[in-house]
Amino acid sequence: MFNYGEVLETINMVEKEHLDIRTVTMGISLLPCISGTAEKTAEKVYDTVCKKAENIVKVTSELSREYGIPIVNKRVSVTPAALICAPFANQSYLIGKALDNAAKELGIDFLGGYSALVHKGMSDYEKQFILSIPEVLADTERLCSSVNVGSSKSGINMDAVCLMGKIIKKTAEKTADRDGFGCAKLVVFCNAVEDNPFMAGAFHGIGESGTVINVGVSGPGVVQHAIESIPDANLSELAEMIKRTAFKITRAGQLIAREAAKRLGAEFGIVDLSLAPTPARGDSVAQILEDMGLESVGTHGSTACLAMLNDAVKKGGVMASSRVGGLSGAFIPVSEDIGMIEAAERGTLCIDKLEAMTAVCSVGLDMVAIPGDVSASTISAIIADEAAIGMINNKTTAVRIIPAPNKKVGDSVNFGGLLGRAPLMPVHNESAEKFISRGGLIPAPIHSNKN
Amino acid sequence: MRAVVTVVGKDKTGIIAKVSSFLAERCVNILDISQTILQEYFAMIMLVDLSDAEIQLSSLAEECARLGSEIGMSIHVQHEEIFNAMHKI
Repeated sequence: MFNYGEVLETINMVEKEHLDIRTVTMGISLLPCISGTAEKTAEKVYDTVCKKAENIVKVTSELSREYGIPIVNKRVSVTPAALICAPFANQSYLIGKALDNAAKELGIDFLGGYSALVHKGMSDYEKQFILSIPEVLADTERLCSSVNVGSSKSGINMDAVCLMGKIIKKTAEKTADRDGFGCAKLVVFCNAVEDNPFMAGAFHGIGESGTVINVGVSGPGVVQHAIESIPDANLSELAEMIKRTAFKITRAGQLIAREAAKRLGAEFGIVDLSLAPTPARGDSVAQILEDMGLESVGTHGSTACLAMLNDAVKKGGVMASSRVGGLSGAFIPVSEDIGMIEAAERGTLCIDKLEAMTAVCSVGLDMVAIPGDVSASTISAIIADEAAIGMINNKTTAVRIIPAPNKKVGDSVNFGGLLGRAPLMPVHNESAEKFISRGGLIPAPIHSNKN
Repeated sequence: MRAVVTVVGKDKTGIIAKVSSFLAERCVNILDISQTILQEYFAMIMLVDLSDAEIQLSSLAEECARLGSEIGMSIHVQHEEIFNAMHKI
């Protein structure tokens, strides 16, 4: 029999500390859908996604009721669409529309995988595909897009980095009526992972099997509460407490992942250990850092606090799960975390400090809003900086940045729901145009030669 | 299938009677029961078996939550495995 402490702890975690399974994401391979024409392929893509994931909403709500743990998001990720669209890249939007329609039919909020992997080189059909992204994101509601522009093994494709600065600007312009909302669905990666369950960067890698269930757990509130319970502990004791808490959260995630995979007739893929915040108070990674002893996130000490948190979460999580994957770290999206929003509004948190913090956690400059008049080359330079951190440190980094049209520092954008709101952050005005326009490849670092 | 029923709230007369007869009506068998008063609050944990029950676990959880609001208690029903997973190595 269970003891009171254990049972009530679990119930408190759900009721008071926002413990939830953040996402159950079904990865679906679209490779069998490639047909002679774009129209035929789009039809097959729609049918495949609708058929494979038809029970995802039903099964996850059953699981949620049986285990007494909320499952917030049900999502689908698919094979990078650039591969599916290769024979008819100029009609890529047909595949995008088919995917968006499938997401609507399934009743899920996001579907990821309108993606291209161009970290070493970009062929014509991939470039054509990437050029379709702004229009497709403007014309669809639930489709998410990502582009991988670099890796530790291959270096950074600066032609792709240059192009993505322009694509982000164009996406913002096409969705200007919604403060550039399209950019909230577009991620630029270095070292993108193939089994990430979190949006907007999820896609189903080509090394994966046909249908897979990946689960992202969450629980910044639970970790925060655990830290609050030992206010005078030293940092070694804090790290131990975080590890123990991460263990419990991850075990819940693994249980749900296995059961969901069984009931949906898919393989169990991975559990992603990321601490993912929401804009709700008490569900914030920034507040964890502040409970560790910072007056505000963004001040000196933030990077060290985050490094310890990220590492302790991984250690606890790795012991709890047989298959860990995805991004697995702490997320620091600005608009989706009330502590980050407030620190950005105070001016304590600037892009430079955020960039430093991304060196020690997953994932990168996430949901950062900047003035709409920032140039494409400056955005490319921001991407290049993040990609360099990822490439050198053998980790995933990403940029999801929103140049909000017609807005300036002091304004904010509000996307509502889990995407939250973001105050516009200032960027440096000095140009990087010459550097970005050089193009070419930043060679892979020396330590990538491990064979 | 086994589940854990948790009943928490302000102590009063007849809580166990109400909950256990509610479960009995649905052929849910109580395997173990443990009850105490924690700082004036009634807390009860039951391990139950649904093998003979005519009701699915998810529906039982909903009905128990409803019973809870009727009698002013918080009642949770959860699959036993969630506690095994989170608290046992």
